[in-house]
Amino acid sequence: MSLNLMRLLGRRTGSAPVARERLQILLAHERGMIGQPDLVGVLREEILAVVSRHVMLDPDKVMVKMDRGESVSTLEVDIELPNGFERRTRLPVNALA
Amino acid sequence: MAKVLVVTSGKGGVGKTTSTAALGGALAQNGERVVVVDFDVGLRNLDLVMGAERRVVFDLINVVQGVAKLSQALIRDKRLENLWLLPASQTRDKDALTEEGVRRVIADLRTKFDWVICDSPAGIERGATMAMRYADEAVIVTNPEVSSVRDSDRIIGMLDSKTARAEKGEQVKKHVLVTRYDSGRASRGEMLSIDDVLDILAVPLLGIIPESQDVLKASNVGTPVTLNSANSAPSRAYFDAARRLNGESIPMTVPVERKGLMDRLLGRRAA
Repeated sequence: MSLNLMRLLGRRTGSAPVARERLQILLAHERGMIGQPDLVGVLREEILAVVSRHVMLDPDKVMVKMDRGESVSTLEVDIELPNGFERRTRLPVNALA
Repeated sequence: MAKVLVVTSGKGGVGKTTSTAALGGALAQNGERVVVVDFDVGLRNLDLVMGAERRVVFDLINVVQGVAKLSQALIRDKRLENLWLLPASQTRDKDALTEEGVRRVIADLRTKFDWVICDSPAGIERGATMAMRYADEAVIVTNPEVSSVRDSDRIIGMLDSKTARAEKGEQVKKHVLVTRYDSGRASRGEMLSIDDVLDILAVPLLGIIPESQDVLKASNVGTPVTLNSANSAPSRAYFDAARRLNGESIPMTVPVERKGLMDRLLGRRAA
């Protein structure tokens, strides 16, 4: 009944614009992924490698998450270090390269 | 010059088999030699929609594997003498479709017909990739609904990368066929509009098939809708689409149901 009332008042409240917008955002992302390596997976490996040069850490405690929004996306990196973590004392030769 | 056309979608239940039968029927009614090929191995249905389910002896897999000759497996339509069906196997699985075998069968069909229409199974597995493998053109059947449009987009990506043409650096000519369209709901903003679908997929439109009970009636009796009720709204849309496949330029319209008085009084809607 409220729907009919809104229609009488000339308001277009259909869900199609929402469907369209959701699809556009999703497909912009999915098209970019085709044929590409898994971006988050690559980032995770490389971040893990960089941090491991300096700190001993458990690879399972590295979380990399990507959240895609319409205009900006966020990359969230969460690395858990044990208290009193062991700092690597000797850096590999090319660590600063 | 024969054309190989794949009817595909990614998503199931959007009208691939119905559209294969209807377009095949429409092209054959215009005098072209047409074969419709069922690639849905293990879940064949084109035979049922075409009304030939009791006449299947040999199938695509038998021909691919060289067990039967193509001429033994082809079934001629009872109503149209230039319309043929190559059924899928009901008992085998899709792994029985070898790329080389499918290539041979399609090449053979090209010498015998004007149109080879391949009805793809849903999904993106072997059956679907084999159905599109040797296609010159593709009809992407899409419902104005988010999951169907997303899957169509995925299939378009595969047509551009996994077909024999794509691997040679050529294009598979793509067409979108919007089915189960309800212009009332679209105008009220309750359903994605044709413009929405085309903007998102960026593929030219082949036709708009309205939601209609005539489609279900036709499959109930095992006849392509274009033969069963040639003047119905969906049939007129399929006939226009078939002419566009032949390169004719026809204004795009959404055919409407011609409702009888009783339908109007009872407020009947297309099922």
